[in-house]
Amino acid sequence: MNWEAFWLTVRLAAIVSTLLIAIGIPIAYWLTYSRWRWKFLVEAAVALPIVLPPTVLGFYVLVALGSRSPLGRWWESLTGHTLAFTFEGLVIGSLLYSLPFAVQPFAASFGAVDRSLLHASASLGHSPIQTFRRVVLPLSKAGLVTGFALSFAHTLGEFGVVLMVGGNIPGVTRTISIDIYDQVQAANYSSANQTALLLLIISFVVLSAVYGAIRRAWAVGPWR
Amino acid sequence: MSKLLALLLLFAGVFATAQEITVAAAADMSAALPQLVASYTKKTGQAVKLSFGSSGNLTNQIRNGAPFDVFFSADEEYPRQLIAEGLASKDTLYRYAVGRLVLWVPNDSPLDLSKLGIEALLDPSVKKISIANPATAPYGRAAEATLRHFGIYQRVSSRLVLGENVSQAAQFVESGNAQAGLIALSHALAPALKDKGRYWTVPLDAYPTLNQAAVVLSRSKQQDAARRFLEFLRSPEAAPLLTTYGFSLPTETY
Repeated sequence: MNWEAFWLTVRLAAIVSTLLIAIGIPIAYWLTYSRWRWKFLVEAAVALPIVLPPTVLGFYVLVALGSRSPLGRWWESLTGHTLAFTFEGLVIGSLLYSLPFAVQPFAASFGAVDRSLLHASASLGHSPIQTFRRVVLPLSKAGLVTGFALSFAHTLGEFGVVLMVGGNIPGVTRTISIDIYDQVQAANYSSANQTALLLLIISFVVLSAVYGAIRRAWAVGPWR
Repeated sequence: MSKLLALLLLFAGVFATAQEITVAAAADMSAALPQLVASYTKKTGQAVKLSFGSSGNLTNQIRNGAPFDVFFSADEEYPRQLIAEGLASKDTLYRYAVGRLVLWVPNDSPLDLSKLGIEALLDPSVKKISIANPATAPYGRAAEATLRHFGIYQRVSSRLVLGENVSQAAQFVESGNAQAGLIALSHALAPALKDKGRYWTVPLDAYPTLNQAAVVLSRSKQQDAARRFLEFLRSPEAAPLLTTYGFSLPTETY
Protein backbone atom coordinates (compact mmCIF):
# COMPACT_ATOMS: atom_id res chain seq x y z
CA MET A 1 0.00 0.00 0.00
CA ASN A 2 1.54 3.25 -1.16
CA TRP A 3 0.50 5.79 1.49
CA GLU A 4 2.49 8.56 -0.10
CA ALA A 5 0.41 8.23 -3.28
CA PHE A 6 -2.75 7.92 -1.20
CA TRP A 7 -2.26 11.14 0.76
CA LEU A 8 -1.07 12.95 -2.35
CA THR A 9 -4.32 11.99 -4.07
CA VAL A 10 -6.46 13.01 -1.09
CA ARG A 11 -4.65 16.36 -0.98
CA LEU A 12 -5.22 16.84 -4.72
CA ALA A 13 -8.91 15.98 -4.45
CA ALA A 14 -9.42 18.22 -1.40
CA ILE A 15 -7.73 21.21 -3.06
CA VAL A 16 -9.60 20.72 -6.33
CA SER A 17 -13.04 20.29 -4.78
CA THR A 18 -12.51 23.30 -2.48
CA LEU A 19 -11.40 25.48 -5.39
CA LEU A 20 -14.39 24.24 -7.36
CA ILE A 21 -16.73 25.55 -4.66
CA ALA A 22 -15.21 29.00 -5.18
CA ILE A 23 -15.13 28.77 -8.98
CA GLY A 24 -18.29 26.73 -9.43
CA ILE A 25 -20.73 28.89 -7.44
CA PRO A 26 -20.34 32.03 -9.60
CA ILE A 27 -20.54 29.95 -12.79
CA ALA A 28 -23.62 28.10 -11.54
CA TYR A 29 -25.19 31.38 -10.42
CA TRP A 30 -24.70 32.86 -13.87
CA LEU A 31 -25.98 29.69 -15.58
CA THR A 32 -29.10 29.73 -13.40
CA TYR A 33 -30.12 33.38 -13.68
CA SER A 34 -28.64 34.63 -16.96
CA ARG A 35 -31.14 35.29 -19.75
CA TRP A 36 -28.51 35.55 -22.45
CA ARG A 37 -29.78 33.76 -25.52
CA TRP A 38 -26.44 31.99 -26.15
CA LYS A 39 -26.25 30.67 -22.59
CA PHE A 40 -26.63 27.11 -23.85
CA LEU A 41 -23.19 27.39 -25.45
CA VAL A 42 -21.63 28.01 -22.04
CA GLU A 43 -23.69 25.17 -20.57
CA ALA A 44 -22.36 22.85 -23.26
CA ALA A 45 -18.78 24.01 -22.66
CA VAL A 46 -19.09 23.37 -18.92
CA ALA A 47 -20.44 19.86 -19.58
CA LEU A 48 -17.68 18.98 -22.07
CA PRO A 49 -15.40 17.15 -19.59
CA ILE A 50 -18.20 14.63 -18.96
CA VAL A 51 -18.10 13.40 -22.55
CA LEU A 52 -14.53 14.18 -23.63
CA PRO A 53 -11.94 11.48 -23.07
CA PRO A 54 -9.40 12.57 -20.42
CA THR A 55 -6.72 12.16 -23.08
CA VAL A 56 -8.08 15.25 -24.85
CA LEU A 57 -7.67 17.31 -21.70
CA GLY A 58 -4.27 15.76 -21.04
CA PHE A 59 -3.18 16.52 -24.57
CA TYR A 60 -4.13 20.19 -24.27
CA VAL A 61 -2.57 20.61 -20.84
CA LEU A 62 0.63 19.07 -22.21
CA VAL A 63 0.78 20.90 -25.53
CA ALA A 64 -1.26 24.09 -25.18
CA LEU A 65 0.16 24.80 -21.74
CA GLY A 66 3.61 23.39 -22.58
CA SER A 67 6.78 25.45 -22.92
CA ARG A 68 6.16 25.98 -26.67
CA SER A 69 2.88 27.86 -26.21
CA PRO A 70 2.47 31.53 -25.17
CA LEU A 71 0.42 30.50 -22.14
CA GLY A 72 3.07 27.98 -21.11
CA ARG A 73 5.84 30.56 -21.55
CA TRP A 74 3.96 33.06 -19.40
CA TRP A 75 3.52 30.44 -16.66
CA GLU A 76 7.18 29.48 -16.95
CA SER A 77 8.34 33.10 -16.61
CA LEU A 78 6.11 33.39 -13.56
CA THR A 79 7.09 30.20 -11.75
CA GLY A 80 10.30 29.02 -13.42
CA HIS A 81 8.88 25.67 -14.51
CA THR A 82 6.34 24.21 -16.90
CA LEU A 83 2.93 23.00 -15.77
CA ALA A 84 3.48 19.40 -16.82
CA PHE A 85 5.03 17.12 -14.21
CA THR A 86 4.05 19.39 -11.32
CA PHE A 87 1.38 19.22 -8.64
CA GLU A 88 -0.04 22.56 -9.85
CA GLY A 89 -0.36 21.05 -13.31
CA LEU A 90 -2.44 18.23 -11.87
CA VAL A 91 -4.59 20.74 -9.95
CA ILE A 92 -5.32 22.72 -13.14
CA GLY A 93 -6.00 19.57 -15.15
CA SER A 94 -8.30 18.24 -12.42
CA LEU A 95 -10.17 21.56 -12.11
CA LEU A 96 -11.16 21.30 -15.76
CA TYR A 97 -11.77 17.57 -15.48
CA SER A 98 -14.12 17.84 -12.48
CA LEU A 99 -15.76 21.20 -13.26
CA PRO A 100 -19.15 19.84 -14.41
CA PHE A 101 -19.36 17.56 -11.38
CA ALA A 102 -19.44 20.67 -9.19
CA VAL A 103 -21.23 23.19 -11.42
CA GLN A 104 -24.14 21.00 -12.50
CA PRO A 105 -25.39 20.04 -9.01
CA PHE A 106 -24.88 23.67 -7.91
CA ALA A 107 -26.89 25.05 -10.82
CA ALA A 108 -29.60 22.41 -10.45
CA SER A 109 -30.13 23.23 -6.77
CA PHE A 110 -30.07 27.02 -7.39
CA GLY A 111 -32.67 26.54 -10.11
CA ALA A 112 -34.86 24.44 -7.82
CA VAL A 113 -35.30 27.28 -5.33
CA ASP A 114 -38.87 28.56 -5.50
CA ARG A 115 -38.86 31.84 -7.48
CA SER A 116 -41.59 33.34 -5.29
CA LEU A 117 -39.11 33.27 -2.39
CA LEU A 118 -36.72 35.34 -4.51
CA HIS A 119 -39.49 37.84 -5.31
CA ALA A 120 -40.42 38.03 -1.64
CA SER A 121 -36.79 38.67 -0.69
CA ALA A 122 -36.48 41.36 -3.36
CA SER A 123 -39.70 43.07 -2.25
CA LEU A 124 -38.28 43.19 1.28
CA GLY A 125 -35.39 45.27 -0.09
CA HIS A 126 -32.64 42.69 -0.56
CA SER A 127 -30.23 43.09 -3.47
CA PRO A 128 -29.86 40.05 -5.78
CA ILE A 129 -26.52 39.18 -4.11
CA GLN A 130 -28.07 39.43 -0.62
CA THR A 131 -30.97 37.28 -1.77
CA PHE A 132 -28.55 34.74 -3.19
CA ARG A 133 -26.54 34.63 0.04
CA ARG A 134 -29.44 34.55 2.46
CA VAL A 135 -32.08 32.62 0.55
CA VAL A 136 -30.66 30.64 -2.35
CA LEU A 137 -27.43 29.34 -0.78
CA PRO A 138 -29.00 28.02 2.45
CA LEU A 139 -31.73 26.28 0.45
CA SER A 140 -29.11 24.76 -1.88
CA LYS A 141 -27.04 23.08 0.81
CA ALA A 142 -27.72 19.60 -0.56
CA GLY A 143 -26.60 20.64 -4.03
CA LEU A 144 -23.44 22.23 -2.66
CA VAL A 145 -22.58 19.12 -0.67
CA THR A 146 -23.30 16.94 -3.69
CA GLY A 147 -21.11 19.05 -5.98
CA PHE A 148 -18.27 19.11 -3.47
CA ALA A 149 -18.42 15.37 -2.84
CA LEU A 150 -18.79 14.40 -6.50
CA SER A 151 -15.88 16.56 -7.62
CA PHE A 152 -13.82 15.17 -4.73
CA ALA A 153 -14.61 11.58 -5.67
CA HIS A 154 -14.17 12.23 -9.38
CA THR A 155 -10.70 13.74 -8.81
CA LEU A 156 -9.80 10.83 -6.55
CA GLY A 157 -10.41 8.49 -9.47
CA GLU A 158 -8.74 10.59 -12.13
CA PHE A 159 -6.37 8.60 -14.31
CA GLY A 160 -6.00 9.60 -17.96
CA VAL A 161 -5.05 13.23 -17.46
CA VAL A 162 -2.52 12.33 -14.75
CA LEU A 163 -1.00 9.57 -16.88
CA MET A 164 -0.49 12.03 -19.72
CA VAL A 165 0.82 15.08 -17.87
CA GLY A 166 2.04 13.75 -14.52
CA GLY A 167 5.30 12.05 -15.37
CA ASN A 168 4.79 9.58 -12.50
CA ILE A 169 6.99 11.40 -9.94
CA PRO A 170 6.73 9.86 -6.44
CA GLY A 171 5.31 12.34 -3.94
CA VAL A 172 4.53 14.92 -6.63
CA THR A 173 2.40 13.43 -9.39
CA ARG A 174 2.18 9.69 -8.66
CA THR A 175 -1.47 9.51 -7.66
CA ILE A 176 -3.18 6.44 -6.33
CA SER A 177 -4.73 5.47 -9.67
CA ILE A 178 -1.29 5.63 -11.33
CA ASP A 179 0.13 3.57 -8.49
CA ILE A 180 -2.54 0.91 -9.03
CA TYR A 181 -1.78 0.92 -12.75
CA ASP A 182 1.96 0.48 -12.07
CA GLN A 183 1.29 -2.34 -9.60
CA VAL A 184 -0.90 -4.15 -12.13
CA GLN A 185 1.65 -3.70 -14.93
CA ALA A 186 4.37 -5.06 -12.66
CA ALA A 187 2.04 -7.99 -11.80
CA ASN A 188 1.96 -7.09 -8.07
CA TYR A 189 -1.68 -8.05 -7.88
CA SER A 190 -1.95 -8.27 -4.10
CA SER A 191 -0.58 -4.76 -3.67
CA ALA A 192 -2.82 -3.45 -6.47
CA ASN A 193 -5.77 -5.18 -4.85
CA GLN A 194 -5.18 -3.57 -1.44
CA THR A 195 -5.04 -0.10 -2.96
CA ALA A 196 -7.93 -0.71 -5.32
CA LEU A 197 -10.09 -2.03 -2.49
CA LEU A 198 -9.35 1.04 -0.36
CA LEU A 199 -10.27 3.33 -3.25
CA LEU A 200 -13.43 1.33 -3.86
CA ILE A 201 -14.48 1.65 -0.21
CA ILE A 202 -13.74 5.37 -0.03
CA SER A 203 -15.64 6.06 -3.25
CA PHE A 204 -18.61 4.05 -2.00
CA VAL A 205 -18.61 5.88 1.33
CA VAL A 206 -18.42 9.29 -0.35
CA LEU A 207 -21.22 8.49 -2.78
CA SER A 208 -23.38 6.98 -0.01
CA ALA A 209 -22.88 10.16 2.00
CA VAL A 210 -24.00 12.20 -1.01
CA TYR A 211 -27.13 10.17 -1.66
CA GLY A 212 -27.84 10.06 2.06
CA ALA A 213 -27.61 13.85 2.22
CA ILE A 214 -29.91 14.26 -0.78
CA ARG A 215 -32.46 11.92 0.79
CA ARG A 216 -32.60 14.01 3.94
CA ALA A 217 -33.04 17.13 1.86
CA TRP A 218 -36.04 15.50 0.20
CA ALA A 219 -37.47 14.58 3.58
CA VAL A 220 -38.01 18.27 4.37
CA GLY A 221 -39.15 19.17 0.87
CA PRO A 222 -42.49 20.95 0.37
CA TRP A 223 -44.09 17.88 -1.21
CA ARG A 224 -44.00 15.88 1.99
CA MET B 1 -30.59 -11.96 -53.01
CA SER B 2 -29.99 -9.84 -49.93
CA LYS B 3 -29.65 -13.01 -47.85
CA LEU B 4 -26.98 -14.27 -50.21
CA LEU B 5 -25.18 -10.95 -49.97
CA ALA B 6 -25.32 -11.04 -46.18
CA LEU B 7 -23.94 -14.57 -46.22
CA LEU B 8 -21.11 -13.51 -48.53
CA LEU B 9 -20.29 -10.58 -46.29
CA LEU B 10 -20.28 -12.86 -43.29
CA PHE B 11 -17.83 -15.21 -44.94
CA ALA B 12 -15.67 -12.33 -46.09
CA GLY B 13 -15.57 -11.17 -42.49
CA VAL B 14 -14.67 -14.60 -41.20
CA PHE B 15 -11.86 -14.99 -43.71
CA ALA B 16 -10.51 -11.54 -43.06
CA THR B 17 -10.21 -12.13 -39.33
CA ALA B 18 -8.92 -15.64 -39.79
CA GLN B 19 -6.02 -14.36 -41.85
CA GLU B 20 -5.10 -11.38 -39.77
CA ILE B 21 -2.39 -11.74 -37.14
CA THR B 22 -1.91 -9.44 -34.19
CA VAL B 23 1.53 -8.38 -33.05
CA ALA B 24 2.25 -6.89 -29.63
CA ALA B 25 5.41 -4.86 -29.83
CA ALA B 26 7.71 -2.86 -27.58
CA ALA B 27 7.29 0.89 -27.98
CA ASP B 28 10.76 1.29 -29.52
CA MET B 29 9.44 -0.50 -32.62
CA SER B 30 6.62 2.01 -33.11
CA ALA B 31 8.26 3.57 -36.18
CA ALA B 32 10.13 0.59 -37.67
CA LEU B 33 7.53 -2.13 -37.35
CA PRO B 34 4.75 -0.47 -39.38
CA GLN B 35 7.22 -0.23 -42.27
CA LEU B 36 8.26 -3.85 -41.89
CA VAL B 37 4.61 -4.85 -41.82
CA ALA B 38 3.82 -2.72 -44.87
CA SER B 39 6.44 -4.47 -46.97
CA TYR B 40 5.42 -7.86 -45.58
CA THR B 41 1.75 -7.27 -46.37
CA LYS B 42 2.64 -6.05 -49.85
CA LYS B 43 4.67 -9.18 -50.47
CA THR B 44 2.38 -11.81 -48.96
CA GLY B 45 -1.06 -10.24 -48.59
CA GLN B 46 -0.97 -11.13 -44.90
CA ALA B 47 -2.68 -8.46 -42.79
CA VAL B 48 -0.94 -7.64 -39.52
CA LYS B 49 -2.42 -5.62 -36.67
CA LEU B 50 -0.03 -3.83 -34.32
CA SER B 51 -0.35 -3.05 -30.64
CA PHE B 52 2.40 -1.06 -28.91
CA GLY B 53 3.26 -0.70 -25.24
CA SER B 54 6.08 -1.16 -22.77
CA SER B 55 7.47 -4.71 -22.88
CA GLY B 56 6.59 -5.33 -19.23
CA ASN B 57 3.07 -4.04 -19.72
CA LEU B 58 2.53 -6.26 -22.79
CA THR B 59 4.00 -9.29 -21.01
CA ASN B 60 1.46 -8.80 -18.28
CA GLN B 61 -1.35 -8.47 -20.81
CA ILE B 62 -0.22 -11.71 -22.46
CA ARG B 63 -0.25 -13.45 -19.05
CA ASN B 64 -3.83 -12.32 -18.69
CA GLY B 65 -4.95 -13.73 -22.02
CA ALA B 66 -4.43 -10.89 -24.49
CA PRO B 67 -5.19 -12.21 -27.99
CA PHE B 68 -1.76 -11.61 -29.54
CA ASP B 69 0.00 -13.96 -31.95
CA VAL B 70 3.53 -12.57 -31.83
CA PHE B 71 5.37 -10.58 -29.17
CA PHE B 72 8.28 -8.22 -29.89
CA SER B 73 10.09 -7.36 -26.65
CA ALA B 74 12.79 -4.75 -26.06
CA ASP B 75 14.32 -7.10 -23.51
CA GLU B 76 14.93 -10.81 -23.95
CA GLU B 77 14.04 -11.47 -20.32
CA TYR B 78 10.29 -11.02 -20.88
CA PRO B 79 9.93 -13.60 -23.70
CA ARG B 80 12.05 -15.99 -21.66
CA GLN B 81 9.66 -15.61 -18.72
CA LEU B 82 6.71 -16.29 -21.01
CA ILE B 83 8.44 -19.41 -22.37
CA ALA B 84 9.09 -20.62 -18.82
CA GLU B 85 5.40 -20.11 -18.04
CA GLY B 86 4.38 -22.07 -21.12
CA LEU B 87 2.90 -19.02 -22.81
CA ALA B 88 5.35 -18.81 -25.71
CA SER B 89 7.11 -21.41 -27.86
CA LYS B 90 10.81 -21.72 -27.14
CA ASP B 91 11.79 -22.75 -30.67
CA THR B 92 10.45 -19.49 -32.11
CA LEU B 93 12.47 -17.15 -29.85
CA TYR B 94 14.49 -14.92 -32.14
CA ARG B 95 16.88 -12.14 -31.17
CA TYR B 96 16.31 -9.77 -34.07
CA ALA B 97 18.24 -6.65 -33.07
CA VAL B 98 20.04 -4.71 -30.40
CA GLY B 99 18.41 -1.46 -29.25
CA ARG B 100 20.40 1.67 -28.49
CA LEU B 101 19.76 4.33 -25.87
CA VAL B 102 20.37 7.99 -26.70
CA LEU B 103 20.36 11.27 -24.83
CA TRP B 104 18.06 13.53 -26.83
CA VAL B 105 17.50 17.29 -26.59
CA PRO B 106 15.24 19.51 -28.74
CA ASN B 107 16.78 21.85 -31.35
CA ASP B 108 16.22 24.92 -29.17
CA SER B 109 18.33 23.47 -26.37
CA PRO B 110 21.58 25.37 -25.66
CA LEU B 111 23.40 22.17 -24.66
CA ASP B 112 26.34 20.95 -26.72
CA LEU B 113 25.86 17.20 -26.48
CA SER B 114 28.98 16.27 -28.44
CA LYS B 115 31.11 18.11 -25.89
CA LEU B 116 29.16 17.38 -22.70
CA GLY B 117 27.84 13.87 -23.27
CA ILE B 118 25.85 12.64 -20.28
CA GLU B 119 27.15 15.62 -18.22
CA ALA B 120 24.62 17.73 -20.16
CA LEU B 121 22.00 16.42 -17.72
CA LEU B 122 23.73 18.33 -14.88
CA ASP B 123 23.20 21.68 -16.62
CA PRO B 124 20.81 23.92 -14.63
CA SER B 125 18.69 24.53 -17.75
CA VAL B 126 17.65 20.87 -17.60
CA LYS B 127 14.75 20.94 -15.15
CA LYS B 128 13.12 17.67 -16.15
CA ILE B 129 14.67 14.56 -17.68
CA SER B 130 12.28 12.08 -19.22
CA ILE B 131 12.96 8.36 -19.12
CA ALA B 132 10.70 5.34 -19.51
CA ASN B 133 9.35 3.74 -16.33
CA PRO B 134 12.09 1.30 -15.18
CA ALA B 135 9.46 -0.94 -13.57
CA THR B 136 7.96 -1.99 -16.90
CA ALA B 137 10.16 -0.61 -19.70
CA PRO B 138 13.58 -2.04 -20.64
CA TYR B 139 14.69 1.40 -21.88
CA GLY B 140 13.81 2.83 -18.48
CA ARG B 141 16.08 0.27 -16.83
CA ALA B 142 18.80 1.06 -19.37
CA ALA B 143 18.42 4.77 -18.60
CA GLU B 144 18.68 4.18 -14.87
CA ALA B 145 21.72 1.91 -15.35
CA THR B 146 23.34 4.61 -17.50
CA LEU B 147 22.84 7.29 -14.86
CA ARG B 148 24.34 4.98 -12.22
CA HIS B 149 27.18 4.00 -14.55
CA PHE B 150 28.22 7.65 -14.88
CA GLY B 151 27.69 8.21 -11.15
CA ILE B 152 25.10 10.96 -11.56
CA TYR B 153 21.92 9.11 -10.58
CA GLN B 154 21.67 10.73 -7.11
CA ARG B 155 22.19 14.19 -8.56
CA VAL B 156 19.48 13.91 -11.22
CA SER B 157 16.94 11.54 -9.64
CA SER B 158 14.72 14.36 -8.34
CA ARG B 159 14.38 15.67 -11.91
CA LEU B 160 13.37 12.42 -13.56
CA VAL B 161 9.92 12.08 -15.05
CA LEU B 162 8.70 8.64 -16.04
CA GLY B 163 6.96 7.89 -19.29
CA GLU B 164 4.56 4.96 -19.28
CA ASN B 165 6.73 3.52 -22.06
CA VAL B 166 9.70 4.82 -24.06
CA SER B 167 7.40 6.45 -26.66
CA GLN B 168 5.83 8.61 -23.97
CA ALA B 169 9.28 9.48 -22.63
CA ALA B 170 10.17 10.64 -26.16
CA GLN B 171 6.93 12.61 -26.40
CA PHE B 172 7.62 14.38 -23.07
CA VAL B 173 10.93 15.76 -24.37
CA GLU B 174 9.75 16.29 -27.96
CA SER B 175 6.90 18.50 -26.69
CA GLY B 176 9.37 20.58 -24.69
CA ASN B 177 7.86 19.65 -21.34
CA ALA B 178 11.13 17.93 -20.40
CA GLN B 179 14.40 19.53 -21.49
CA ALA B 180 16.28 16.27 -22.06
CA GLY B 181 15.37 12.61 -22.38
CA LEU B 182 17.02 9.22 -22.41
CA ILE B 183 15.08 7.55 -25.21
CA ALA B 184 15.38 4.91 -27.93
CA LEU B 185 17.64 5.65 -30.90
CA SER B 186 14.79 4.29 -33.04
CA HIS B 187 12.64 7.22 -31.91
CA ALA B 188 15.41 9.78 -32.42
CA LEU B 189 15.69 8.57 -36.04
CA ALA B 190 11.94 8.33 -36.66
CA PRO B 191 10.29 11.01 -38.83
CA ALA B 192 8.40 12.44 -35.85
CA LEU B 193 11.60 13.46 -34.03
CA LYS B 194 14.34 13.38 -36.64
CA ASP B 195 14.44 17.08 -37.50
CA LYS B 196 13.39 18.34 -34.09
CA GLY B 197 16.46 17.66 -32.02
CA ARG B 198 19.97 16.32 -31.52
CA TYR B 199 21.17 13.22 -29.76
CA TRP B 200 24.20 11.67 -28.14
CA THR B 201 24.47 7.89 -28.33
CA VAL B 202 25.05 6.36 -24.92
CA PRO B 203 28.05 3.97 -25.05
CA LEU B 204 27.08 0.30 -25.00
CA ASP B 205 29.07 -0.44 -21.84
CA ALA B 206 26.92 1.95 -19.77
CA TYR B 207 23.89 -0.36 -19.58
CA PRO B 208 23.03 -4.04 -20.05
CA THR B 209 22.55 -4.85 -23.73
CA LEU B 210 19.01 -4.22 -24.96
CA ASN B 211 18.57 -7.48 -26.84
CA GLN B 212 15.38 -7.23 -28.83
CA ALA B 213 13.65 -10.58 -29.10
CA ALA B 214 10.48 -11.82 -30.76
CA VAL B 215 8.50 -14.95 -30.00
CA VAL B 216 5.32 -16.69 -31.16
CA LEU B 217 2.77 -17.00 -28.38
CA SER B 218 1.36 -20.41 -27.44
CA ARG B 219 -2.22 -19.18 -27.28
CA SER B 220 -2.12 -18.00 -30.90
CA LYS B 221 -4.57 -19.81 -33.15
CA GLN B 222 -2.48 -18.93 -36.17
CA GLN B 223 0.85 -20.49 -35.35
CA ASP B 224 1.85 -20.92 -39.02
CA ALA B 225 1.05 -17.36 -40.06
CA ALA B 226 2.82 -16.04 -36.96
CA ARG B 227 5.92 -18.14 -37.66
CA ARG B 228 6.02 -17.00 -41.28
CA PHE B 229 6.00 -13.39 -40.13
CA LEU B 230 8.96 -14.05 -37.83
CA GLU B 231 10.76 -15.80 -40.71
CA PHE B 232 10.43 -12.59 -42.70
CA LEU B 233 12.32 -10.78 -39.94
CA ARG B 234 15.35 -12.95 -40.62
CA SER B 235 15.23 -12.21 -44.35
CA PRO B 236 17.67 -9.85 -46.08
CA GLU B 237 14.75 -7.53 -46.85
CA ALA B 238 14.03 -6.85 -43.21
CA ALA B 239 17.56 -6.04 -42.03
CA PRO B 240 17.95 -2.65 -43.78
CA LEU B 241 14.61 -1.48 -42.38
CA LEU B 242 15.79 -2.26 -38.87
CA THR B 243 19.19 -0.60 -39.30
CA THR B 244 17.54 2.53 -40.74
CA TYR B 245 15.95 2.98 -37.33
CA GLY B 246 19.21 2.56 -35.47
CA PHE B 247 18.84 -1.08 -34.48
CA SER B 248 22.12 -2.91 -34.83
CA LEU B 249 21.87 -6.50 -35.90
CA PRO B 250 22.74 -8.92 -33.12
CA THR B 251 26.21 -10.42 -33.16
CA GLU B 252 24.96 -13.70 -31.77
CA THR B 253 21.68 -15.13 -32.92
CA TYR B 254 20.19 -18.54 -32.57
